[in-house]
Amino acid sequence: MNKTINQKAWFFVVPVFVLVAFNAAIPLMTVVNYSFQETFGNNVFAWEGTRWFKQILLSERFHDALGRQIAFTFIILLIQIPLGIGIALTMPKKGWGVPVCLILMSMPLLIPWNVVGAMWNIFALPDIGFLGYSLNAIGFDFNFTQQPGDAWFTTILMDVWHWTSLVVLLSYAGLNSIQPAYYQAAEIDGASRWSTFRYIELPKMKKVLTLAILLRFMDSFMIYTEPFVLTGGGPGNATAFLSIDLVKMALGQFDLGPAAAMSLIYFFIVLLVCWVFYSLMMKNEVKS
Amino acid sequence: MSLELKNVEKKVGIETHIYPTTIKLEKNTINVLLGSTLAGKTTLMQIMAGLDKPTNGEIWFNGENVTGKQVQKRNVSMVYQQFINYPSFTVFENIASPLKITGVNSDEIKERVGKVAELLKLSAMLNKKPDELSGGQQQRTALARALVKDSDLILLDEPLANLDFKLREELREELPKLFEDRECIVVYATTEPSDALMIGGNTATILEGKIIQYGKTLDVYNKPENLTSAKVFSDPPMNIAEISKSGDICKLTDNNVQWKSNVKIKDGNYKIGIRPHNITTYKEGNNTVEINGKVLISELSGSESLIHFTNGNLNWVSLSNGIQQKNIGENTKLFMNVDEFLYFDENNILVNHG
Repeated sequence: MNKTINQKAWFFVVPVFVLVAFNAAIPLMTVVNYSFQETFGNNVFAWEGTRWFKQILLSERFHDALGRQIAFTFIILLIQIPLGIGIALTMPKKGWGVPVCLILMSMPLLIPWNVVGAMWNIFALPDIGFLGYSLNAIGFDFNFTQQPGDAWFTTILMDVWHWTSLVVLLSYAGLNSIQPAYYQAAEIDGASRWSTFRYIELPKMKKVLTLAILLRFMDSFMIYTEPFVLTGGGPGNATAFLSIDLVKMALGQFDLGPAAAMSLIYFFIVLLVCWVFYSLMMKNEVKS
Repeated sequence: MSLELKNVEKKVGIETHIYPTTIKLEKNTINVLLGSTLAGKTTLMQIMAGLDKPTNGEIWFNGENVTGKQVQKRNVSMVYQQFINYPSFTVFENIASPLKITGVNSDEIKERVGKVAELLKLSAMLNKKPDELSGGQQQRTALARALVKDSDLILLDEPLANLDFKLREELREELPKLFEDRECIVVYATTEPSDALMIGGNTATILEGKIIQYGKTLDVYNKPENLTSAKVFSDPPMNIAEISKSGDICKLTDNNVQWKSNVKIKDGNYKIGIRPHNITTYKEGNNTVEINGKVLISELSGSESLIHFTNGNLNWVSLSNGIQQKNIGENTKLFMNVDEFLYFDENNILVNHG
């Protein structure tokens, strides 16, 4: 068979290559570059191979940060997903309450990360903040700038406040798409409220919930601004999650090589978890 | 066993969804609620089931006032237009679900589910999830769930509307047989007159929240009490015209078409209703009258031909058997079967039949 040769196709493909190169490949390659070399300034580089990667993967500091990160993400998912579903279930389905609830719910989502951090910082200060002062007034020894437990508590509370709404809105959309006939069928069968939730609402919300979990996982795993403003990673390193630790290493200590290696490892972890999650989701999809 | 609605009325805000309605459905009958979308069929069914409370009036079942009694305490099942099954249950578990809740033991559940599944041709699919089934099978599962319970009242709310043509025909033929040997009252809501004719039993024609007529399906079809009932029970829409009668000659007011009629009604002005299948491109029946028409649209539906035509101010539809090719704008001759005309007086009440 004769193939027609048509070089014009390049004309259509090249812009995409350029676009992808500039927005993904080139910046990423810079980091890759740093991760295999030692820099001495003045553009002097020395090849280091996989040294930085080994160093990071074996360092206790990285293990600790990763552990904190996993714990944080796990805790907020454990709180936000059930809480979000719970709130969505209690929200009105029609009437004037719907817009009121929706607006109230979207409020926290509209506030910039920095502002949320600053807000909660002031709110939780033990001497002048409403939350911190009140907790101390009723007898708790609360000081998030000094005590790691309190710092965690405040960070988690802040994230729950900021992001539960997202789960609520997604669940609410999922619940609203269930046809009333399902509820009637359950009523006719005499199914309990719990059974209705377990066997109708939950399976029908499966898709939006997987989406909510995926979004909340990625977001919380990459969290930076809010804890940075709230605790700065402290006290000590108590709330230094991966990204905070990374910035400390890169810009605080100016260890560019190890920081670049850590960036790549961090990136691959997020990518891997999302990929595993997504394939599991798709596998279930095909099965059912 | 009987289900009685006594002066049942349903208002939502200032809107009236059901005007005061009284109807009595007898044991072992299939009752078709026939009316267009939003006529109030679903509301009426939900009131019958106890899923919705009437604003006024009472519902009696077996001589017991069940108004306001919770649906789960009554022995009712319902099938919807959408295929409603529990998504995470298998077909078996779905069919078994109403029995499980009432605490039937597992051997009996197995036996009863098996029987119903066989009746509905689901035996091979008992271990599948609803998502893995075709639309027709999903609706069969929902039907099986409704049948397995041995309900006193089975409500079917447009159960075939979401199925494609072939599956609909297939299931529609099976439906009456499913209820044949059952001690129950079946209510079947539909927008399609052909469904009512196919299913038989009794039919109630409904328009804008009112039951227009209730009786044996064929009676309602052949002798509609009034023009509204006739219109509801006609698809394609009934052709209507004004006529004047003097002696045994009837004449369309709009043009010169006239025919001899032996209807025993006084001279004067009337309306006639002619079902589309009584206007054909060929002569049918003993007494026919010719009418000229200019073809507006000609369409085929299966092995039937629908020809929309005008004659003066009249804008009518005819339905003929076979494939009748007509071109748009063509002048054509059609034949009306005089014996099948319905005559209505000035109050739109049927005065005589053909």
